[in-house]
Amino acid sequence: MTQPAVLALVDHHDGVVRAPAFELLTLARSVGPVEAVWLGSGLAGALDLLAEHGVSTVHHVDLDAEATVATSARALAEILVESGATTVLLSSTFENKEVAALTAHETGAGLSVDAAGLERSGEGRLVVHQQAFAATWTLQVEITTPRAVVAVKPNAVPAEAAPTGETPQVVSHALVHPPAARTRVVERTVRPSSGRPELGEAQVVVAGGRGTEGDFSAVEELAEVLGGAVGATRVATDEGWIGHETQIGQTGVTISPRLYVGAGVSGAVHHRGGMQSSGTIVAVNADPEAPIFEIADFGVVGDLFTVLPQAAAEVRRLKAEQA
Amino acid sequence: MKIVVCVKHVPDLQGDRGFTPEGRVDRSQGDGTLNELDENAVEAAVTLAETHGGEVTVLTMGPPDAEDAVRRGLQMGAEHAVHVVDDALAGSDAFATATVLAAAVRRIAADGPVDLVVTGMAALDGLMSVVPTLLAAELDLPQATLAAELTLTGEDTRTVRVRRDLDHVVEVLEADLPALVSVTDQANQPRYPNFKAIMAARKKAVSTWSLADLGVDPAAVGQAAARTTVVEASPRPPREDRVLITDEGDAGLRLAAYLVENRLV
Repeated sequence: MTQPAVLALVDHHDGVVRAPAFELLTLARSVGPVEAVWLGSGLAGALDLLAEHGVSTVHHVDLDAEATVATSARALAEILVESGATTVLLSSTFENKEVAALTAHETGAGLSVDAAGLERSGEGRLVVHQQAFAATWTLQVEITTPRAVVAVKPNAVPAEAAPTGETPQVVSHALVHPPAARTRVVERTVRPSSGRPELGEAQVVVAGGRGTEGDFSAVEELAEVLGGAVGATRVATDEGWIGHETQIGQTGVTISPRLYVGAGVSGAVHHRGGMQSSGTIVAVNADPEAPIFEIADFGVVGDLFTVLPQAAAEVRRLKAEQA
Repeated sequence: MKIVVCVKHVPDLQGDRGFTPEGRVDRSQGDGTLNELDENAVEAAVTLAETHGGEVTVLTMGPPDAEDAVRRGLQMGAEHAVHVVDDALAGSDAFATATVLAAAVRRIAADGPVDLVVTGMAALDGLMSVVPTLLAAELDLPQATLAAELTLTGEDTRTVRVRRDLDHVVEVLEADLPALVSVTDQANQPRYPNFKAIMAARKKAVSTWSLADLGVDPAAVGQAAARTTVVEASPRPPREDRVLITDEGDAGLRLAAYLVENRLV
């Protein structure tokens, strides 16, 4: 029996595909033939990459960059119904979670967000792996409706190219029933890129907390060497030491990188809720009683201003040796 | 102006949180509390009512204990409280939750239209963050979610303006009332009710409504109507092979070696 197609929404900025989209395509291939959905402009430049990742068909709707979640959801819902696919996958961002919810609302699909994995049951239903309560519990959730909409966390799987590439066919759609535009975007300011990976998508994150006392130089240096993103605790952002967009936690950015390094981070419950599903957790803190040591794979009781630079220099040296 | 704030009663973050064998959030520990992020929603609503005139109704759905959550809302300055409680609600998914909350908002609107529905950004037990959007869809209201800043502007202050900080972009959205907004923990500093406010709240009544009161079919909610089912819930095993060292001058070198050994660089 051939599996019904799986639609994957490909997130992009200015025509550049965001890293989690390739993870999504990799995961999608494991549950059915993959068809991509591209909303907005810039598709032509991305077709080769989509082909390498096993996309056989690209559904394209030419929405403008300020399209609201309602418009994106309507587009996905119409493509889902028209294409005969049964599943829509999205990357789990705040906006995409809303798009996912509305798409499911319009199509009667079952919904899961912040998925950490995905498989098909013996009966062909989707089973979603989830984490709960700051990743202290794991859940297997079966979607019992014929249609499913699932938003997948970044770093759920490593992105891999397909064994055989495809020559994708592009199918253009126009919105049949555009939703009433009742929410107006009156200002839109794109944040300048830091040149590092996006915090929510990064495979390595180095985070600074109260222990930095506002000096993030050691944190930034180690992030640079490891090719990672810089994050922070609520205390650090509230103190104005670093921008609010770097706050890791249940109300900030939720991360699950392969490697998390917490420097001067005590490990308050709100922070843990945003990073506890990380692959490997490293903590450097002067206080041996800091709760973060309870969840650290590698903990150092010490001064972050000596330990981090020493580690950065050593990693740099080892890398140079290998090269 | 009439404002409805939707809140949730959740297990205490600091407590021992877990799931029942049926895969539902274990609410038997008795250490539930008003979802912390909903305090920002109540604060936003009460502040708007104080500034522009009007009254706030705090609304929740949940088991009998959940009344504590709306009581807290009354202490923070809401005028009215509604608690939807019904045995048939157990195991409801986000869609059923939105259906029931929408029915309750419509009933609240029966004696005068609701201008604004306010919610928090997420419940700290489920963290799905999808109920606000689904509720807006059910009520057919424009939505402006994740407000880090919330004001009423325009002619007769009938326009809600929201600033939201997303991961790559900062947006300012506007929608004409009636509308739904969700607010983040950046939006305000929730007030701590003083003794006088706590005493005053004791005199306020909580209306308790059943599904029958709302005209919602019990078959449309609860576990039986849910589009997902938890097939397995298990506590994650503790991390193994953990290393804890005290720096004796070479901790940075040992950290680097650990990262290399575990192929993390």
